[in-house]
Amino acid sequence: MSAGVELDQITVRFGEFTAVDNATLDIKGGEFFSFLGPSGCGKTTILRTVSGFLEPSDGTVRIGGQDMRGIGPNKRPTALIFQNLALFPLMSVSENITYGLRVRGMGKAERRKKADELLELIALPGQGDKLVSELSGGQKQRVAIARALAVQPQVLLLDEPLSALDLKLRQHMRNELRAIQQLVGITFIYITHDQGEALTMSDRIAVMSDGVIQQVADGKSVYDDPKTAFVASFVGENNAFAGTVTRADGDYAVVETAFGPLRGRNSHGLRPGGRAILFIRPESARLAAGAPDATFSSKVKNVAFEGNMSHVFLEGIGKKDVTVTVSRQDGAAIPGQDEVAAISYDPNLGLVLPEGKMARE
Amino acid sequence: MSSRAFVFIIPIIVIAIFWAMAKFEYRNNNDPTRKGYFERNGKVLGIAFIALVAFWTLFLVGLPYLYMVVESFHPQLPPIKRGGPDDILTIAQYQSFLLSKHTDSINWLHISSLGFTIFVSIVVTALNFCICYPLAYYMAQTGATQKVRLLMLCLIVPYWVNEILRAFSLRLLLASKGLINQILMWVGFTDVPIDFLGNNTGLYVGLSYAYLLVMMFPLYNAIESLDKNQIEAARDLGAPWWRIHKDVVIPYAKPGIASGCTMVFMLSAGSLAAPQFLGGPRMLWFTAIIYDFFFQNFNWARGAAYSFILLAVCIALVMLLLRLFKVSLGETIR
Amino acid sequence: MNSKSVMRGMIGFYIFLFFFYLFGPLIVMSITAFNTPSYPQAYPFEGFTLDWFVKLWNHRAMMDGLKNSVIIGLGVVSLAVPIGLSAAIIMNQIYHRARGLYYLVTISPLLTPGVIIGISTVIFWKDMLGLTDFTKATFYKGIILTIFGQASFISAYCLLIFMARLTRFDRSQEEAALDLGASYPQVFWHILLPFLKPAVVSAIVIGFLSSFENYNTTTFAILADKTLVTVLAGEVRQGTNPALSALAVIIIGISLGGAIIYEILKRREQQKADLAQREAVLAERQEAVA
Repeated sequence: MSAGVELDQITVRFGEFTAVDNATLDIKGGEFFSFLGPSGCGKTTILRTVSGFLEPSDGTVRIGGQDMRGIGPNKRPTALIFQNLALFPLMSVSENITYGLRVRGMGKAERRKKADELLELIALPGQGDKLVSELSGGQKQRVAIARALAVQPQVLLLDEPLSALDLKLRQHMRNELRAIQQLVGITFIYITHDQGEALTMSDRIAVMSDGVIQQVADGKSVYDDPKTAFVASFVGENNAFAGTVTRADGDYAVVETAFGPLRGRNSHGLRPGGRAILFIRPESARLAAGAPDATFSSKVKNVAFEGNMSHVFLEGIGKKDVTVTVSRQDGAAIPGQDEVAAISYDPNLGLVLPEGKMARE
Repeated sequence: MSSRAFVFIIPIIVIAIFWAMAKFEYRNNNDPTRKGYFERNGKVLGIAFIALVAFWTLFLVGLPYLYMVVESFHPQLPPIKRGGPDDILTIAQYQSFLLSKHTDSINWLHISSLGFTIFVSIVVTALNFCICYPLAYYMAQTGATQKVRLLMLCLIVPYWVNEILRAFSLRLLLASKGLINQILMWVGFTDVPIDFLGNNTGLYVGLSYAYLLVMMFPLYNAIESLDKNQIEAARDLGAPWWRIHKDVVIPYAKPGIASGCTMVFMLSAGSLAAPQFLGGPRMLWFTAIIYDFFFQNFNWARGAAYSFILLAVCIALVMLLLRLFKVSLGETIR
Repeated sequence: MNSKSVMRGMIGFYIFLFFFYLFGPLIVMSITAFNTPSYPQAYPFEGFTLDWFVKLWNHRAMMDGLKNSVIIGLGVVSLAVPIGLSAAIIMNQIYHRARGLYYLVTISPLLTPGVIIGISTVIFWKDMLGLTDFTKATFYKGIILTIFGQASFISAYCLLIFMARLTRFDRSQEEAALDLGASYPQVFWHILLPFLKPAVVSAIVIGFLSSFENYNTTTFAILADKTLVTVLAGEVRQGTNPALSALAVIIIGISLGGAIIYEILKRREQQKADLAQREAVLAERQEAVA
C-alpha cells in the first residue's frame, strides 16, 4: 500500500534561522520523488519533518490524507534510510532487518521467516547470521533497505543513502533502487545533491535552494525548462550571460550582455528594461557563426578532449569561462588555443530568465 | 533541630532554580527537535533516572555536606542535650581553631599543622608532576603502540594494591632496619641507620608514591591528543627541545596538567594513611587532628568545623592557582 | 646519531627508574612474605616459608573484614552504577545553561577529600536515621553508611565513564530505532544499553575495586565494623607482620591475573574485529567483480 505525502505551507525555523520557508507540495502515492539541492538547502529538514523527527514551525504534513501533527516518528507509516545507514552494529544482519517487527511484537520464529524472505529479496540469502561489520558497502546498503521495507511502510524516505559508495557501485545501486521501488510500489522520497541520481531515478524532482522550493517538475522539464536562475545554473552545466532586456517580441527577448545583444526564449514574459540572465547550455552552442543576434566571439583558453566529445573553454565575463561542448559526430573543427572563435546557438535553446541567485560552483 | 532543618531548604531552592531554568529554556527554545523529558525517556525510566540522581545529589552529596557545615556551628553536646536549650548556633568551633581554649593565645599548633599539610601537599604535587611528565610525554607521543600498552598495564597493576599496603611496603624499605638502611650501611655511607620516617622523608615519598598514577593519567590523556605534527613543525623551525615543551606541549596539555595537579593536591591534603604510617612522631597532619576529634575526643562539631576549614582552604587555593594559570574549572574535571 | 642514542639510553634509564620506584617496594614486600623472620625482612633471606599465608588465612578479623569489604563493594556497585548511568543520561539531555551547575554538583565529590565525605555521611545519617528507633536499629550500621559514603564519589567515577562512552554514541542509531517503530524505552533497552555495555563493565570493575581499597571515607563511615582495609590499617599501626606481605602478594597476584585475562580478552576481540574486517574486504572485492 502506498500513500501520498502533502506538504501544506511548511515552515521550519531553528531559532532565527529559517531552514524551510513555506513549502507546499503534493507527492502522489507510488511516486519516486526527489529533493535536489546543495547542502544546507533544507532538503534534509523536509525529510526529517515528514519522518516526524521535526515538528514544522508552521504548516501541516499529511500522509495518506491524515494530519501528522503530534504523531512521533515511531507512529508514522514512514521508514527512513539514513545517510550513514545507521545499522545496529551489535545486532546480526537478520536482527537488524527484523528489528521493526520485533518492536511490533512479532514472534521469533515468524521473524526468522520474514528475515529469510527479505534476504532473498536483497540477494543476500543465507547471510542473516553475519555481523554488519562483515558486509561490504553495497551489502550494508541493501540491508538498510530491507530493514526499512520490513515494516511495510507506505512511504520510504531516503537521505542520500548512496553517498558513501564508490562511483561504479553508486550507478549500479541507482538501477537497483528504482527496480525495488517499482517492485514494492510504495512512495519513495529521495534526498540528494547529486543531479545524476535525481534525474535518472525520479518521476518528479523538487529543486531547492535556501529553504525555498524553486521548481517541481519531471527531470526533462527541470533540465530543459528551468524556472529560475538557480535551477538553470544548478542542474547541468550552463553558460550564464547577465544583462538588461532591450527587446521583447512574442516568445523571445534580446538581452544586452557583455558580448553584445543576444536572443533567447522569453518563457517568463520579461519586459524591456528588466535585469535578466541568458542561459545557453554548452551542448547547445556551436563553434560557428549563425544568426547575428545569436552569435558572439571569444578567445579560446583551453580545450579538454574527452573522447566522444571535447569541451572548449573560452574567455567569459569575470572569472567564469564560457564552455562549448563539441560532440565528435559534429565533425566541427576545434580551434587552437588563443584563437578567437565565433560561437552561435539556436535561440530556441537560449533561455532568458529573471536575474536571481545562482548555484555556487 | 530548627537550624539543622534549615539545611533542607537549600536543596529545595536549588531544585527550584533547576526547574525554573528548564522551564524557561524550554519555552524560549525554538528548536523544532525539542522533546519533553518524559517524552524522550518514557515515564518509568524518566522517573527512575531522576529518582536515582536526586537520591545521589541530595542524600549522598548535597545534604551531608550542608549538614556537616551546620553541625560545625553547634556546640559539642552529649546526645541527650542535642536539640535542647543549649543547642545554639555558635562559632566557638572556629574560634578554637584560631585561639587555644583556655589561654586565649593563638592556636599555633593547629594553624601550623594546616600550613604544613598544605605545604607538603604542594611539594608532593610538584614532585609528582616532574616525575610523571617525561613518562607521560614518552608514552603519549614517541613510544611504540605495543610498548605503550605494556607500560600502561604495568602502571595499573600496582594501583590495585591498596594505599595501606603500599604505605606498608615503603615502611619496610625506609625503616631503620629496612633494606635501604641495610644497603647504605653496607656501602659504608653511614654507620647509624638514617631515620627516614622521623625526618619526614617517608611522608613525602609515601604521598608521592600513593598518588603517582593520579598525576599520570590526566597528563597522558592530555598529551596524547596533541597532534604529532605540531611537535614536528616546532622541531623543523629549529626550536630546542625545552622550548617545544614550554611553548607547544605544556600550553596544550594545560587542562590535563591542572586536572592532575588538582587531584594530587586534594588527595594529599586529605590523605590519612601515608601520614599515619610514614610520618615522623612529631609531625602533625591536619586530617590526623580531625581523626582524633572524632575517635578520641568524640567532638564531632569541632571535627566538622576543622573539616570545613580544610575543604575551604584547599578549594580556595586550587581556585586561586587555576585562575593564576588561566584554566577554567570545567576544563579541569574531564 | 650519537646524541640520539644517548637520548634513547637516557629515556630507557628513566623508564627503568620510574618502574623501579613503582615496583621496587612491592617486590621487596613480596619477598618478605616468603622469608621466615617474624619481622618482615627481605635480606638476609633466612629460609623459605608459606607460614605467613597460613597465618593470614587464620586471621579472623581480616577474614571478617574481607567479607564486609565484599558486601560493601557489591552494595556500592549496585547503587553507583545505576546512579552514574542515570546522571550521564540526564547530563546529555539537560539544557546547556543548567548543565554547568549540574556538572559542578555531580563532580564535586571527586574534589572533596575522602575524610570529609566520611565525616559528613556519618553526621548526616546519624541524625536522619536517628529520627525513629526502627530506622536507627535497622539502618544505622557501618556497612550501610560506608556504602552511602563510598557511593557518593564512586557514582561520580561511573558518571565520567558513562559520559566518555556516550559522546561516541551515534544519535542516528536512536533515530533509526524510533523510525522503525520502537518506543523511547525500547530504544534505551535495545540500542543504548547494549552500546553502553563495555562502560557498564568498566564501571562495575572500577567501582568495586575503588570501594574495596578505600580507606579515608571508610574509616569514618564504618563505625564499629571493620573492612579489610581498616583491619589492615590497624595491623600496620600496631607494628609489622609478614602476614600483611602475604596479603599483598595475593592482591598483586590477582591483579596480575586480571590484567592478563583482560589482555587476552582484548586480543580475542581484536582478532574477531580483524576477521570481520577481512570478510568485508572480501565481499567488497566480490562486488567489484560482479
